[in-house]
Amino acid sequence: MKRLLLGNEALALGARAAGVTIATGYPGTPSTEILEHFARYPGVSAEWSVNEKVALEVGAGAALGGARTMVTMKHVGLNVAADPFFAAAYTGTNAGLVLICADDPGMDSSQGEQDNRNYAKFAKVPLLEPSDSQECFDMVAVALQLSEEFDTPVVLRTTGRVSHSQSVVEMAEDAFEVSEPGSARRFVPDPTKYVMLPANARRRRLALEERLGRLREYAESSPINHVLWQDRRLGIVADGVAYQYAREAFPEASILKLGMPYPFPNRLVTEFAAGVEMLLVVEELDPFLEEQIRALPPLAGKRIHGKDVLPNIGELSAAVVRARAVEHGLVPGPAPAPVAPAPLPLPPRPPVLCAGCPHRTTFHALSRMYVPPDLAAAPEGTRIPRERVIVTGDIGCYTLGALPPLSAMDTCTCMGASIGTALGMEMAGYRGRVVAVIGDGTFYHSGITGLVDVVAAGAATTVVIMDNNTTAMTGGNVNPGSGLHLDGTPAPRVDLESVCRGVGVRDVVVIDAYDLATVRAEIERALGTDEPTVLIVRGPCQLRVRGPSAEVALVEPATCNGCENCLRIGCPALIRSEGKVVVLPDMCTGCNLCVQVCPQNAISLRARERSQS
Amino acid sequence: MKALDFLLAGVGGQGILLASDVLCQMGLAAGYDVKKTDAHGMSQRGGSVVSHVRFGERVLSPVIPTGSADFLLALERLEAARWVGHLAPAGTAVVSDEAIPTLAALSASPRRPDRGGPAYPSLDAITGLLAERAGRLLLVSAGRLATELGNHRVANVVLLGALSTVLDIPVEAWQTALEARVPPRFLDLNQRAFAVGREAGQQRESRGEE
Repeated sequence: MKRLLLGNEALALGARAAGVTIATGYPGTPSTEILEHFARYPGVSAEWSVNEKVALEVGAGAALGGARTMVTMKHVGLNVAADPFFAAAYTGTNAGLVLICADDPGMDSSQGEQDNRNYAKFAKVPLLEPSDSQECFDMVAVALQLSEEFDTPVVLRTTGRVSHSQSVVEMAEDAFEVSEPGSARRFVPDPTKYVMLPANARRRRLALEERLGRLREYAESSPINHVLWQDRRLGIVADGVAYQYAREAFPEASILKLGMPYPFPNRLVTEFAAGVEMLLVVEELDPFLEEQIRALPPLAGKRIHGKDVLPNIGELSAAVVRARAVEHGLVPGPAPAPVAPAPLPLPPRPPVLCAGCPHRTTFHALSRMYVPPDLAAAPEGTRIPRERVIVTGDIGCYTLGALPPLSAMDTCTCMGASIGTALGMEMAGYRGRVVAVIGDGTFYHSGITGLVDVVAAGAATTVVIMDNNTTAMTGGNVNPGSGLHLDGTPAPRVDLESVCRGVGVRDVVVIDAYDLATVRAEIERALGTDEPTVLIVRGPCQLRVRGPSAEVALVEPATCNGCENCLRIGCPALIRSEGKVVVLPDMCTGCNLCVQVCPQNAISLRARERSQS
Repeated sequence: MKALDFLLAGVGGQGILLASDVLCQMGLAAGYDVKKTDAHGMSQRGGSVVSHVRFGERVLSPVIPTGSADFLLALERLEAARWVGHLAPAGTAVVSDEAIPTLAALSASPRRPDRGGPAYPSLDAITGLLAERAGRLLLVSAGRLATELGNHRVANVVLLGALSTVLDIPVEAWQTALEARVPPRFLDLNQRAFAVGREAGQQRESRGEE
């Protein structure tokens, strides 16, 4: 059976073929589709967890309980899950546990790029790296087999390019008939192995090191690491998608492909190096392979190139690898020509909040909200400049509120940070001047703990939870407030208002996301109170609203004076035409925000004409 | 078997992913090894999106080397201009003349031409640029043709129909691909869209409009 598969779908199918019955994770680009695909298969249990830490704890528990388990997340998710990750390396897993994490070199959809290969070395667990969809499919089975044979979690690390590329996968017709019976590996209580009191942990620390030695022997001899001998003047060492780039860039060179780059196969690499005149290490991000190669004593004096030639930032490509090698005289030229810029100035087209997005109202209100001047702080007779409120933001679609023309976000760092950051600024003297803005999904993920601290600190923090009832950024994934399982069946719903009141916030107000005056008035009121406030600004994600709206906005051309005040809400349905503004009816959702900001009252809602739907 | 590289460009939400899926399936049906790679996540929110599709005996990197795409398939004309530099010198651009405005607030206002970025270029400016950069240009009213069929969303398949006229691959491979990738209830509509696009492409070719 031959199919063209997305890397993430191949991982899901590979997990199913390898007998995985339980999968958990937290959505995050570029990892999201793995669990989405897996959830569609019959007879499996797949669930989004509230965050990556819980996902890995649930996954580790499922493996202890005897089920082959997969846990998925994006690279930064493993920062959140680092605690159970390191612990699982100590306790071992019982049944197979594969942790699939997807890095994002180039930061297509992330707050930073980090090289998660380092995590495998850090926690002393084996690392596998596929370079295409076929290897995605095959390596999940290898990971689970290693996990059970060596009693360790296994990291399968992809990058966005592997996860989000499609290539041909061949699999046996009966690939899905094999299934590991879960009962074969029942949990056998053993506190010396599973209760990490210091005395037990010290014993497991020795077991960890001994296991690493055996895994290194596996990496030395397994065909997952293999050599293609060709021209011996140049020898390439590569892993992940960089292997594909290197083969395309240097079709004649000998190449050592590392499908399992940790524990590092020292002997294999030393032998390969001895067979070539010069080594070039082709890897994205950190010099993870290169540092281990340079540390091999037999290679002292060998000509080795790596990050001295290739960038350690962003994605590589065959063209970049080739061009840099030519520039540095490693191979003869010519270098590929760079793309010439367009001779015409082109307007940029960055991603934007959708037309009708419920988040737009809050950002529009915040973008022009000023705090009362602190008269006491200024010497008499001096003019005090107006200061806009400070907005601590968070991670989701709504981070787009930081972009012009809304420009209403001052910080955004990591999941859930908005509330803690606001509390810290309040402690530093910004009381009444900071608003934390966070989405419902991110609030459940890790905003709740920040809110608990706000209450416990006796602070007066103002928190806006933008509740669109979904984790929208990753494609509309369910979260604890959605009342749905990953497979779309009904689930118990965690109530946002009750959570906020339950942790001790008395001032909890729910506001309609399309009511600009109330959103503005409530934020201003909350900034003036002496207790914490949570404003839940509620409206549906427009990506989940089906069919055209009954009404659309219409600009009366005779009344519009072209002041363009409405354009400052940053709605893609509003365009300029002959000195005025017009609404694109196909795009308009009738959200009414432009109507509320027009000083001329030139915009009103009208019934949508049939031809417009 | 000559290797072929296709760059597909457009605006998030226009159906680039389906177009590249169908194109890949066509390549498989025609006997090629195929790889594709495209943008997911944040860039899909109405931003500029691009998809790489590569056919060959054996494809290694899924990414088309810069400046060497054989075909540029653009669902929107500004995006065609943005990506035309990635075309090989003798490459073919198959472009929908449709315009999707960029965010007005980011472009300079007629009242304040000194503030804000460049405005959306005119059709003539874009066609001039494309004609200068591409070895061959096929401009198709894919959006209008799709709307005439009753659904603007099939503009992507109209454009594939036009592309089929400049590719030396049997049309049966396209039919197989449509059947494999399009849900059954939309198959008829998409087949008609493909036929309309193919007709538009053939007319342009025979009139020598390049």
